[in-house]
Amino acid sequence: MASAETPQVKKDTTFNFTELVLSKEGDVLRLSIIVVLLFALFSVLRSDTFPTVGNMRSMVFQASEIGILALGVSLTMLTGGIDLSINATANLVGILAGTILTAMIPEGAGTGQIAFALVVALSVGTLTGLVCGLFNGFLVAVVGIPAILATLGTLILYEGIGTAITNGASVFAQEALSFVGNGDVIGIPVPLILLLAATGVLTFILNRTRFGFEVYLLGTNPLAAKFSGIDNTMVLIKTYALSGLLSALAGIVVLGRINAASVDFGGSYVLLAVLIAVLGGIDPYGGSGRLLGVLLALIALQFLSTGLNMVLFQLSGANFFKEFAWGLLLLLVLLLNFYIAKRNT
Amino acid sequence: MPNFREIVTRNEFLVLMTIIVLSIIISFINPQAFLTLANLFRILRSSIVIGIFAMGVLIVLISGGIDVSFPAIAVFALYSTVAIMFNLGIQDALLAIFPETTAYLLGFIVALLLGALIGMILGAINAFFIAQFNLPTLIVTLGTLNAFRGFLLFFVGTLIFREEIPQGMVELSRTNLLSISPPEQRTANLNISILILLAVTVLVWFLLRYTMLGRAIYAIGGDREAAARAGFNIRRTQYFIYIFVGILAGIGGIVFGSLGRQANPFDIVGTELDVIAAVVLGGASISGGRGTVIGTLLGVLLITLVSSSLVVIGIPSEFQKVVVGALIIIGVAIPAVQNRRAVTPQAT
Amino acid sequence: MAEQKPFLTVTDITKNFAGVQALKGVSVTVNQGEALCLCGENGSGKSTLIKIIAGVYEPTSGTVAINGQTYKNLRPIDSIQAGVQVIYQDFSLFPNLTVAENIALNQQLSQQRKFVNWGQINRVAREAMQQIEVELPLNRRVEQLSVAEKQLTAIARALLQDARLIIMDEPTTALTEHEVAALFRVIAKLQAQGIAILFVSHKLNEVLQIAERVIVLRNGEKVLDDTADGLNQAQIAYHMTGLEFEDTRYDFKPKAEAKPLLRVNNLNAAGRLKDISFELMPGEILGITGLLGSGRTELALALFGLVPAESGDIQIDGESVKIRSIQDAIANRIGYVPEDRLTEGLFLERAIGDNIVVRKITDLLNALGIISRNDKQDQVSKWVDDLSIKTDDPGLPVSSLSGGNQQRVVIAKWLAADPRILILNGPTVGVDVGSKSELHDIIKSLARDGMGILIMSDDIPELMQTCNRILLMRSGKIVQTYQASDIDEDQLSAALRSVAQTA
Repeated sequence: MASAETPQVKKDTTFNFTELVLSKEGDVLRLSIIVVLLFALFSVLRSDTFPTVGNMRSMVFQASEIGILALGVSLTMLTGGIDLSINATANLVGILAGTILTAMIPEGAGTGQIAFALVVALSVGTLTGLVCGLFNGFLVAVVGIPAILATLGTLILYEGIGTAITNGASVFAQEALSFVGNGDVIGIPVPLILLLAATGVLTFILNRTRFGFEVYLLGTNPLAAKFSGIDNTMVLIKTYALSGLLSALAGIVVLGRINAASVDFGGSYVLLAVLIAVLGGIDPYGGSGRLLGVLLALIALQFLSTGLNMVLFQLSGANFFKEFAWGLLLLLVLLLNFYIAKRNT
Repeated sequence: MPNFREIVTRNEFLVLMTIIVLSIIISFINPQAFLTLANLFRILRSSIVIGIFAMGVLIVLISGGIDVSFPAIAVFALYSTVAIMFNLGIQDALLAIFPETTAYLLGFIVALLLGALIGMILGAINAFFIAQFNLPTLIVTLGTLNAFRGFLLFFVGTLIFREEIPQGMVELSRTNLLSISPPEQRTANLNISILILLAVTVLVWFLLRYTMLGRAIYAIGGDREAAARAGFNIRRTQYFIYIFVGILAGIGGIVFGSLGRQANPFDIVGTELDVIAAVVLGGASISGGRGTVIGTLLGVLLITLVSSSLVVIGIPSEFQKVVVGALIIIGVAIPAVQNRRAVTPQAT
Repeated sequence: MAEQKPFLTVTDITKNFAGVQALKGVSVTVNQGEALCLCGENGSGKSTLIKIIAGVYEPTSGTVAINGQTYKNLRPIDSIQAGVQVIYQDFSLFPNLTVAENIALNQQLSQQRKFVNWGQINRVAREAMQQIEVELPLNRRVEQLSVAEKQLTAIARALLQDARLIIMDEPTTALTEHEVAALFRVIAKLQAQGIAILFVSHKLNEVLQIAERVIVLRNGEKVLDDTADGLNQAQIAYHMTGLEFEDTRYDFKPKAEAKPLLRVNNLNAAGRLKDISFELMPGEILGITGLLGSGRTELALALFGLVPAESGDIQIDGESVKIRSIQDAIANRIGYVPEDRLTEGLFLERAIGDNIVVRKITDLLNALGIISRNDKQDQVSKWVDDLSIKTDDPGLPVSSLSGGNQQRVVIAKWLAADPRILILNGPTVGVDVGSKSELHDIIKSLARDGMGILIMSDDIPELMQTCNRILLMRSGKIVQTYQASDIDEDQLSAALRSVAQTA
């Protein structure tokens, strides 16, 4: 009897597992599997270079700034909108902060002077991100322009302001900010700490505060939200302002890491951020998705990028293959989501 | 009969007025540089490629979708066409058979057809994802934008073609429809490729206005569900739309390369926003169902006028983007505000 | 009438959906030029039956014969070509296209044209409108039309397809009574031309006004198929539900010391409301009725802050208050259950619990502004129990509930916010008769506990059974006040109709 029952039970668990992976709520599980598979794949293909501490560290530095931008896109997508101006905002913040640092830190400046310059530069940078985000929020929530168009317009506008300031050239940051971009705290890279902190705080906001609760409801049905007494205008403005603040954070991290800022930095970041958000399970129509998924999608994408780079090291233009692979991946994820949605109805 | 009020509040009218007012202002500031035939032709010339792209974008927007991948299709078509023609020596083969002028003309036509064919194939890929699975168009075309460009740069090449450009394409840039030399002024040349824009425009206008396919595009953009019930084949229409946009993008790419006499695989991508902005300024709605060929042309003209005349009136080139960005924001804000007003009085 | 020649014969139709039997051996005949009414509660199978006739669904067993021809596999196109036209509730029109094109487009499509002939479109559209003797501006875009004009456009379109049978799904829901009368005249003209009409409705008084024959479906079975002459509303309602309803009233006697909860003085708003004045006592259920466009919805929206008052005074407990936004309304403890529950009331994909606590969320925050999960859980359980919302798990999406239970969720949302005044706009639209009386019981018990309730509705039996007082509105004004105990349904119907004629 017992032996006859055992396979039965076993069959049931495998069945349930597949069921779970393919269920609507299985997105985090699916992404975790993808992450593990990619890690295993590249660790086998490039066992010398991929699964090393050094590589993990360098991946962290690359991924963090994109991750922070993807959080902003994810937030706006949850309300049913999108923020295409994230990278333009980040670059503008970097340019302003860099310009201030260059102007306020002369050759051989003292610690006090540097500290003061940093405070000013970071404040101005943060404020700029906030203002850019608030303006996006104003256009979307008060004027009523569709988010794609509004942030597309501000993308050009913010880039234009950056160009007007720099004349198209690069701005340098001095060593002062290097810690933010390249530093370590007890062996953990600062950008990673910032990314994780931002993800943690935002996850908490989304799940446990009134604002977060309202973001999800607004994204599900804006009209019902209005009739339920949710102040849609304020929720949207706050969301885009948050996205602007995240862009500012990303801009400062980039400035610290590469010690420069310009309007053309990170040309593919907007696409990447959207890709990560969608891959992470954020519904482009709004109302559902979790930031944990976004984080996993970020890891998967970084593994893929770095892994491909290592595998294709000998070939010229491996970077372009990455672009190709990203695009393909986005399409495949859309297809996968399509089949899962179809399966669950 | 549309009354005066309706005409005045129409988007086309607003854009036209903006163009006129802007032209008057620019003429006052710098009549010598602006008010010349040469300058007018220059503005027209720079609106040709945007105009071809814009016709494609118009169709997509009317159907309620959006396509940001067309610049990648355009550059893919341009670069691969030049590579294919150069490697197969097509232009030389034509020269061996035909007299020079005919060979150049045929060379250009071959390039145009090849570009259109490549655009058609890439457009079909977009169409497959969008029509077959009903996926969000912005996200799909963001994906294909990168996939196409990544494929081009990795598998096809990254070097800029200059000498490799077929002579037929080069000849296009030198052939003028009109060449007028007013006394004491620079010669004003109107490039022949304006005829391609004209042909595309007429074709799209006829398609949208006088074919059932065109009405299907409006119907789907107006109410997709109703279109399906009425018996429109939505999937087939969407296949047509994205394939047609691909073809237009391919043609636009070839014209772009011909006018610039080079094929740079890093070109064109990045102009998608300007083109979409021009179409939206021209009155097409991003939520679908609305948009006209005339409005689109005016939108394109407005965008080129602004970006090519800022220097003329002394705005430094670094400020151009600020102005263009501001213009786009104002342009899309006006219909948004009008919409709001139209909706609010009937509260239910 | 024409000789009784059957146009459509549906024989012994059964339809299963994933094990659920939506139709169980239903047979229906529609004769040429006949006006027939199909009644049934939600879920009775009437939409399934219509979709089978239209060729959208394939029956599990049974046959459909149109015009003498029996179809094995009826496709939508076959049905249309045989002369069956369905006008759905949303009309399926294109808002961005003109009246003429909307009318003629389907015909152009079925002629498999490649090119558009605008001259023909205009001519054909004009002819179709002449056939029903209406005149609409051909070049106007449909989005600029009123609901009644849109419906006429849809009817004109159906005629162009050589319709022999026009099926209208709840055609009067969004019409004013005046427009309903006009629609009935159009229907009479169509009948005179030999076109049969299958009218799907839940408004029993209209059913009896227009139908020659009435068919009632219940739980997928045909329970009544009879000429309308011998039937009354109560009989049809009985067949629809299988239950007998008593004609009850809500008794209300204000306490001697009670003061009005809400007093509205000379309220003017949105150019639609003119000098509205009334009082609402605690514990009172006040019905506000009137035709569509009479201002009843605008009044609800004005009290809820969506249409701010231009002049006049709103007092709560004797104190003047300003209600300029929904937030103001909520601050004054006014709740609003909107008419269109699916688009305005619910977050369909979100959990039942989330829908319930949306108004309560501020009270569930601890000192740090964090939502307390336990408190939220308690609230959700409380309301699910109190309003007996039938669900296995309040974590499931609201879309998993039936219409009546969904409406309970909307009401729970507002009750959780502890309102003193609750405005319900069409509280039981689209809810089946059984759940309807349960919802009425909930509303009455709320009033007995001292809440002041306003019900905006044109469902006369509903008003009579739940309200103690009823205000009649016309063109933005209150024209009449009735004590429910003084009148009966017929009198109120007559009053409403007489308003229509003078309008």
